[in-house]
Amino acid sequence: MSAVDSTIPTSDPYRLGWQAPNLSRGHGGGGPATKRVIVGYGFWLFLLSDIVIFSCLFATYAVLADATAGGPRARDIFELNRVALETACLLTSSFFCGLATIAVARRNQVLTQVTLTITGLLGLAFLLLEASEFSALAAHGNGPTRSAFLTGFFTLVGCHGLHVTAGLLWLGTMMAQFYAKGFRPDIGRRFLCFSMFWHFLDIIWVAIFSLVYLVGTRL
Amino acid sequence: MKSRGLGYKRAFRASPIFAATVLASAAQADSILAPVGPVGAGDRIILLDALAIMLAIVIPTMVATLAFAWWYRASNKRAVYRPDFTYSGRLELIVWSIPTLVIFFLGGVIWIGSHRLDPFEPLPSKAKPLEIEAISFDWKWLFIYPEQHVASLNRLVIPVGRPLHFRITSASVFNAFFVPRLGSLIYAMNGMVSQLNLEADKPGTYRGFSAHFSGDGFSDMKFDSVAVPETQFANWAAGVKGAPLDRTAVATLLKQSRAVTPYTYRGVDTSLFDAIASRKLPPGEGPTSGRGGPGTRNAMPQGGAP
Amino acid sequence: MLGKLGWDAIPWDQPIPLVSGAIIILIVLGVLGWVVAKGWGPYLWKEWITSVDHKHIGIMYVLLGLLMLVRGFIDAIMMRSQQALAFHGGGYLAPEHYDQVFSAHGTIMVLFAAMPLVIGLMNFVVPLQLGVRDVAFPTLNSVSFWLTATGALLVNISLLVGEFARTGWLPYPPLSELRYSPGVGVDYYLWAVQISGVGTLLTGINFVTTILKIRAPGMTYLRMPMFCWTALASCLLIIAAFPVLTATLAMLTLDRYLGFHFFTNEAGGNAMMFMNLIWAWGHPEVYILVLPAFGIYSEVISTFSGKPLFGYRSMVAATLFICIVSFCTWLHHFFTMGAGGDVNAAFGISTSIIAVGTGVKMYNWLFTMYGGRIRFTTPMLWSLGFMTTFITGGLTGVLLAVPPADFLLHNSMFLVAHFHHVIVGGVVFALLAGIAYWWPKAFGFRLHEGWGQATFWFGLVGFYVTFMPMYVVGILGMTRRLQHYDVPEWRPWILISGLGIVILIGGVICQVMQLAVSFLRRHELRDETGDPWDGRTLEWATSSPPPVFNFAVLPQVKDAEHYWEMKRRAREAARLGKEPDYQPLEMPRNSPTGFVCAFFATIVGFALIWHIWWFMIVGLIGAYATFVVFAWRDVPEYIIPAAEVARIDRANREARQEALSGEALA
Repeated sequence: MSAVDSTIPTSDPYRLGWQAPNLSRGHGGGGPATKRVIVGYGFWLFLLSDIVIFSCLFATYAVLADATAGGPRARDIFELNRVALETACLLTSSFFCGLATIAVARRNQVLTQVTLTITGLLGLAFLLLEASEFSALAAHGNGPTRSAFLTGFFTLVGCHGLHVTAGLLWLGTMMAQFYAKGFRPDIGRRFLCFSMFWHFLDIIWVAIFSLVYLVGTRL
Repeated sequence: MKSRGLGYKRAFRASPIFAATVLASAAQADSILAPVGPVGAGDRIILLDALAIMLAIVIPTMVATLAFAWWYRASNKRAVYRPDFTYSGRLELIVWSIPTLVIFFLGGVIWIGSHRLDPFEPLPSKAKPLEIEAISFDWKWLFIYPEQHVASLNRLVIPVGRPLHFRITSASVFNAFFVPRLGSLIYAMNGMVSQLNLEADKPGTYRGFSAHFSGDGFSDMKFDSVAVPETQFANWAAGVKGAPLDRTAVATLLKQSRAVTPYTYRGVDTSLFDAIASRKLPPGEGPTSGRGGPGTRNAMPQGGAP
Repeated sequence: MLGKLGWDAIPWDQPIPLVSGAIIILIVLGVLGWVVAKGWGPYLWKEWITSVDHKHIGIMYVLLGLLMLVRGFIDAIMMRSQQALAFHGGGYLAPEHYDQVFSAHGTIMVLFAAMPLVIGLMNFVVPLQLGVRDVAFPTLNSVSFWLTATGALLVNISLLVGEFARTGWLPYPPLSELRYSPGVGVDYYLWAVQISGVGTLLTGINFVTTILKIRAPGMTYLRMPMFCWTALASCLLIIAAFPVLTATLAMLTLDRYLGFHFFTNEAGGNAMMFMNLIWAWGHPEVYILVLPAFGIYSEVISTFSGKPLFGYRSMVAATLFICIVSFCTWLHHFFTMGAGGDVNAAFGISTSIIAVGTGVKMYNWLFTMYGGRIRFTTPMLWSLGFMTTFITGGLTGVLLAVPPADFLLHNSMFLVAHFHHVIVGGVVFALLAGIAYWWPKAFGFRLHEGWGQATFWFGLVGFYVTFMPMYVVGILGMTRRLQHYDVPEWRPWILISGLGIVILIGGVICQVMQLAVSFLRRHELRDETGDPWDGRTLEWATSSPPPVFNFAVLPQVKDAEHYWEMKRRAREAARLGKEPDYQPLEMPRNSPTGFVCAFFATIVGFALIWHIWWFMIVGLIGAYATFVVFAWRDVPEYIIPAAEVARIDRANREARQEALSGEALA
């Protein structure tokens, strides 16, 4: 959008004063933004709302952390080795997602598909590790119905896992779209959203392994 | 368009009559404006103070609204049309600062009042408080007097002039213990012990009830709060008859029932309150029949002692 | 196979839900039959059901809201009449039924009447006021609407199949846990609110993006109309608060479905946590409703006083102030839970502080009227009614914000009177004012003024007669949600309340009459130019109703009140400005995504309520497939040729020029 003509307004009922020539600088007078900005911004707002959901789950976990109802406490059940491996998988997966972003910008179909496949496989590895942790706990009778603490733990970590699962479904769809339709701008915008989502899941995981696993085993 | 001023002026003239009617009613019923104890009196004063502070702003504003609307009506040729009057620094200063100052003042009232009248705060009295443990069930109240080893269902007998220290919990869902003429209410919650300090300074019978909706039998969850002179209270406590309050009795109480006629227990297992509050005794079961959908309405026993 | 569903789910032994459910089914079938007989099916599908046009979506939201307002009002009539009859027992609603009625009343009124009405008006007006063609995500907008409709549908299904929650409009545990509410009622509530909550969150995202990123060229932040500022603040609150609702209800759902222990009485659950979380949503929710209402009043009062809004910048500041502070007050809903003097006092003070922002707005409206030439049209009457009513409601609110006073009045009828005062006086009056104000823009004809004024007077008087006695009985010790009572001193006041609701019924009748008479006389009441009220903001620059593209050419905004300036210049010259340079326009294509997605969401919700797991999986797969099909679309937009744009715009310019010349001669 071009900058607007710098005419002094003909009426100024609110005494806002004469506006600077390029009205888009900080005053928002530049007209409608581009589609890429609009889509990216909207999705960013969605991610902020998702962070609020996770905040509620973190807060609830903190409140319920001591309510073990005679069952196991945090340090009794957390295995930091597995958590380290999960973290490595997820962070590396994000790295490959970053590579995929470059591949998409270069419109390189092979590189896109390869990097996205690795992203997906690492994400799947993360999920399988998490599933093994959950099923091991449940097999010992320490499932989410055992105590309020375990309820909070399973829900917080499980919600993140659910987001990763949804992300993998989305990833598969994106790969299919790139393959079938090439590098159209609207698919590119969707991929922007996907990569924001994938990195966001990383951030949440960092918060989880710090506040749940690390803090839990130190206390 | 016809002017609305007339209708509103009539409403204004009617309001003192309205206020007078309210105050007259208040004198008869169990009104929060007619407290019989220091806590209720303290709460009431703060309520009326806050009302006075707010009315000082509200009344001029309402008068100004109606006055401006009437004077600046389009048909009034004497009113000056000022379409350029859209900003005034002085007015802005006033409209931001006067409410802020009022809120500062009100904030002081709030801070002091919240601390002095906190339900957990013991009353400033030299007499030793009477300990009462109150437990809400579905849908009745049990009052245990641990020092007197008696208990009373759906009826609270208290001595006049002595501070009362309530420990309150619930054996099922949230309820709230409230005797309006004595003063503050507080929630009854399973797994928690709330405390309430009250005192009755005049003998009489006062309504008490649960002030938090707790299910289908909620409307009957009321009790008489009977304040009697000290000696009469001692005689009552000594003369109470009834079965002992033990785990079996509690098991019966945990079953849902409504509109239970008041009765008493003699001989109390004093560990019961803490057992219920800490969930060592599991909470009430909930409805035993009627699981989902209409046509499966709960069959509820009513009234009567077990 | 069918989970918990069986023939006993229908209330054969309860005549009221049975008969009313049957009546609703007959009405729905009747309407559907009429539509099919008249052959309107294809038109409705193409132009409305699959529409992604913000104007059509806004109108559908308002229609949904009005229907649910009527349903919620009928619940209110039942509550008032039950209490009027229930002295010493009696009445006609057993507790099991009465408890569902007041729970449904609150849930419907807040979430399925007020929210859709507010969102509907935002939908219709905001893009027009911003001088643009549509919102940021038109198809998502359609999804939002249809998901809200799904929630409303589920609530209404509960009337005839199963039961509704008996916990009140917020399902506090432990009462709402499986142990104490084993039926499907709470599940209906959970899924209806959860699904429509997703729709609302998407609306919030859509509108914040639109207002911040899509405005006409030259429309800086401080040149936006006040309604857009309040819509922005409200949608920011939606984005921040609705996820809390989603998370909290999800936790309760997990407790009920999978035996988790978030809020249960056993295994360490903490029911107080629910109170904190739900009110951390609940308090911003009421500001989500009231901020756009304030925006409506700003528009209406300024237009009908013939003056710009007084103190625009300070209004913006006050709006954002209220937006932020509304997140700091939630504990005032449970002062009586025993948090101690420090915590109670802190929240009491923060609650009082919000009154400063609201007070500033009141005074700005007051001084907008000062020096104006006030026309007492229906929207202006509602605004004046608001100014007096809301002040009283705000007064009682500040009283309740003082913890020691709240210790006497918590959960009493005084509280009920207070929140109806602010919600009805604040939000409902605004919605009625807004509907009357923007109706000509939406439909091309004005509403009959006489019936509108009658509605206002019945509404205002009825409101006071219904709710003022509640303050009295609250002071006399009456708590809320009582199905019967035995205190004789309360009786006269409860009967007066009952009389009040009869007066309100008169108001509803007047409103229906207004709509009917206006529709029948629509040719006389036609809005020829698109500016029936001598408006000041950009929506009045379009025809009534606006063309699908809103503006032939996006306006180059040079002033605050740009449209008023355009008119001033046109009036001075007795001529419209130059004809714009018409170009072909790209508009988003309609899509059935919203409707189909909501169809599957209804299946998922119903299946989850009745534990029909295979049906739920079908619904989930269907919903996912719908999105994939939408994502696979190749041509998202269609082109309107320049000639067509020119034809439509010239017709409106002609009508306006005619009116302008007529004015100049007069």
